[in-house]
Amino acid sequence: MKEITAIIRPDKLEEVKNALAEIQCKGVTVTEVKGRGRQLGVTESYRGRDYKVDLLPKTRLEIIVNNKDADDVIDTIVKTAQTGDIGDGKIFISPVDDVVRIRTGERGEKAV
Amino acid sequence: MDPTALNSGDTAWMLMSTALVMLMTVPGVALYYGGLVKKENVLNTLFMSLIAFAITSVIWVIYAYQLAFGTDVGGLIGNGANLFFNGITSATLAPLAPTIPITIYAAFELVFAAITVALISGAVVGRMKFKAWLVFVPLWITIVYVPISHWVWGGGWLAKLGALDFAGGTVVHLDCGIAALVLCIYLGSRKDVRLLPHNLGYSVIGAALLWFGWFGFNAGSALTAGGLASSAFLATNTATAAGMISWMIIDIIKTGKPTVLGAITGAVCGLVAITPACGFVTVTGALIIGFATSFFSYYAMTWLKPRFGYDDSLDVFAVHGISGLWGALATGLFAAPFINSLGVGLFYGNPMQMVWQLIDIGTVVVWSGGWTLVLAFVLDKTIGLRVEPEEEREGLDISLHEESGYRI
Repeated sequence: MKEITAIIRPDKLEEVKNALAEIQCKGVTVTEVKGRGRQLGVTESYRGRDYKVDLLPKTRLEIIVNNKDADDVIDTIVKTAQTGDIGDGKIFISPVDDVVRIRTGERGEKAV
Repeated sequence: MDPTALNSGDTAWMLMSTALVMLMTVPGVALYYGGLVKKENVLNTLFMSLIAFAITSVIWVIYAYQLAFGTDVGGLIGNGANLFFNGITSATLAPLAPTIPITIYAAFELVFAAITVALISGAVVGRMKFKAWLVFVPLWITIVYVPISHWVWGGGWLAKLGALDFAGGTVVHLDCGIAALVLCIYLGSRKDVRLLPHNLGYSVIGAALLWFGWFGFNAGSALTAGGLASSAFLATNTATAAGMISWMIIDIIKTGKPTVLGAITGAVCGLVAITPACGFVTVTGALIIGFATSFFSYYAMTWLKPRFGYDDSLDVFAVHGISGLWGALATGLFAAPFINSLGVGLFYGNPMQMVWQLIDIGTVVVWSGGWTLVLAFVLDKTIGLRVEPEEEREGLDISLHEESGYRI
C-alpha cells in the first residue's frame, strides 16, 4: 500500500477530487496548508512598498491506495492539477505498513 | 424665515448628519483600520475606535461640550455652564446655530470629537496598552480637542481672526495627524512593521462607510439644510473621486499596477483635503484639491516615513496630517465669496486669508503636538504606554482581551 501526499493549488481541489472519484478513488483527506517552493513566494505591494510574501496558501491531499492503483491516482492528479505555471505543487509517495478500518477491525488491503 | 427660530428642515438634516458621522467611526474607521492590521490584532484595533466613541460620548455631555461650545470667555474657552446638560430643555436652541435645538448641535459636535480621537489609534495599533488608551482618550479630548474646537468653531480667537475651517481640516484632521505622529514616535516601532492587510475587504467597507458618512460631516457642517449644504455635498464627492483616481494614477506610474488599498487611501485623502474647504470652494476648486492631495500624502508615506523611520502603523499622519494641511492651505487659496460670503481666498483677491490659515495651522501643530507629547510622557511614567514584548509577539487580541477574531 502507498500513501500519496499531493500539494496542489487550492483552486484545483474540486477538479482533482472529481477526477479521482471517476477512477474509483474515493477516500481522501484534505488540509489547507501554507508553504513555499523554489521561487520563495510572491511579491505584494501596499501603499507603495513591496513585501515578499513567502508562504502561499496550498491544499494538501492525503490518499492511501493499493500498490496497483498508485500510478493511476498519481497520473490523474498530475493531469488535473497541472497548469504548467510555477506553483503547481508536488506529489510525495511513501510506503504504508498497514491500514485498519476502525468500524470493523479489518486490516491490510481490504481496509483501504 | 426667522433665522433665530427652530427650523424643522434644518433640524431634520442635522439629526441625519449626526447619525451619518457616527457611522464614520463605528464602524467606518474601526473597519478601515481593522482590515489593515494583522489578524492577531484585529479586535484590539476595532475596540480602540469603539471605546473612543463611548468615552467621548460620556465626557462630552458631562463637561466637554460646555467648555468647547459654551459662551466664549476671552476667546480661549467656553464658560462651562450647564454641566451634565442641566438647565437645557428640549426647546433650547443652539446659540451658534439658532435654527436647531442645542441637543442635536451638541450631538453633532460630539461625533466630530469622537472620530478625531479614534483616528489617532491607527498610528499606534499593535503595541499601545489598551489601559493607556482608555486614559489617553478623555485627557486628549479635554486638553487638546476642546480648546482647539472652541478657538475655531466655538467663537474663539482663531474664528475671530478669520481662519476658515468649514468641517475640520485643522480641528479634526491636522489635529489627529500631528497627535498620531507624536504618539507613534514616542511609542517606538513595532517588532513587525510590515503593512500586510489581513482582510482588505474590511478596509474597503470601512472606507466606503467613511465616504458615505462624510456627507453628514461636511454638508452637515453648514448647520442648515440649503444651498450651502448642497454645495459642500457636491464638492466633497468631487474631491473624493478625484483623490481616488489620482492615487491610482500614481500607483500605475510607480509600479505598473493599480491597487485597491491605493484607491481607498486616495479617496480618504480626498475626503480629508476637501473637509476644511467644502463650504467655501467651487466644484473646480474641489477637483484640484482632491486631485493634488494624493500626491502629497503618497510622498509622505513612501518618502518621509522611511526617511525618518517613524512607525506610523496605518499612515495617520500621511493621510490626515498631510491632506488636512493641504486642505487648510487650499481653503485659503480657493475660497470663493459667491459660494460662501464668509470666505475670500487668495485667488479671489484676499492674500491675507493665507496668513490666517497659516496661523491656524501653526497653532494646531504646536498645541496638539506639544500636549500629546506631555500626555504620552505622563502616561508612560505612570501606567506605561507600551505592551510587553511577549504580548506584542502573541498578538494583542489574545494577550490584552483574551479573545481572537477568527475561529477558522
